[in-house]
Amino acid sequence: MNALSAQDRDLILATQAGLPLCAEPFAAVAMTMGTSEQDVLSRFQTLIGSGVIRRIAAAPNHYKLGMIANGMSVWDVDDAAVDKLGQIIGELDFVSHCYRRPRALPLWPYNLFAMLHGTSRAEVEDKRTQVAQILGSACRASDILYSKRILKKTGVRLSKRGD
Amino acid sequence: MTAKPSTAIEVLDDLDRAIINRLQLPLPIEPRPFAAVGLELGCSEAELIARTKTLLETAALTRFGPFIDAEALGGAFCLCAMAVPAERFDAVVEIVNGFEEVAHNYERDHALNMWFVLATDDPGTIARVAQRIEDATGCEVLLFPKEREYFIGFKVAA
Repeated sequence: MNALSAQDRDLILATQAGLPLCAEPFAAVAMTMGTSEQDVLSRFQTLIGSGVIRRIAAAPNHYKLGMIANGMSVWDVDDAAVDKLGQIIGELDFVSHCYRRPRALPLWPYNLFAMLHGTSRAEVEDKRTQVAQILGSACRASDILYSKRILKKTGVRLSKRGD
Repeated sequence: MTAKPSTAIEVLDDLDRAIINRLQLPLPIEPRPFAAVGLELGCSEAELIARTKTLLETAALTRFGPFIDAEALGGAFCLCAMAVPAERFDAVVEIVNGFEEVAHNYERDHALNMWFVLATDDPGTIARVAQRIEDATGCEVLLFPKEREYFIGFKVAA
């Protein structure tokens, strides 16, 4: 729905691998693109304003940070309460992703997904208990799915061609 | 399975942890963003930049840059799951991974034992690709599109 201009696409392509780590990173990007710092700043502001770019930020490596255990916890939460509770769960330090998704009954009654991280599986289970306490009686059932194997992992990136 | 845990966390000091937590939040879009963030964290611009470089080199951070919302660009993502019979699992992995729209794929310990993410250029394509995967594997593909995201981020205990 939101077509990118060629200049916006070039800006994303120039920075998606990483913003230069220097005192004036936007000026550095502008230099490589042959444009002005002001142009880069205003394009980023516009792209963030329109939601195409969520933020310029760091992605942590959970594993390297000692969080070697993780589990996808899933919860069947009362529809009337799920958004309020989901926000609280999403704010917990040990939750990296928290989403509301549709149920797939009868096999899958869960509508709230929260990825839990810990230094061990026991710690993840402890955190799961903390989430259960927060959800309280609004939660009817829950489960946790540990990953056994990564079968495929490719980053999602903007392709170079305009497709 | 008694691999030594990563030691990266052990060499992080309080400032590193504060940097990791702060840099997951939006960088200000201004000419000297690291000076502004350094002010928040009580360190100099130069120190923040040097430490961020080290955190990237040691892979405590995997990336520092714009987070693109492919959905805002018209693209679509969908979490999908299948219950794959154990004896066919490896063959089904091969088929599913062969679809270029499959971005991530994980084996999980549940009756729904295969969880993957479809990434396509437009939302309408998700259902078509899921159908092609069903046809190719003979397994039903359950779709779990994101209805709402509750994002705050991940913090390292200070």
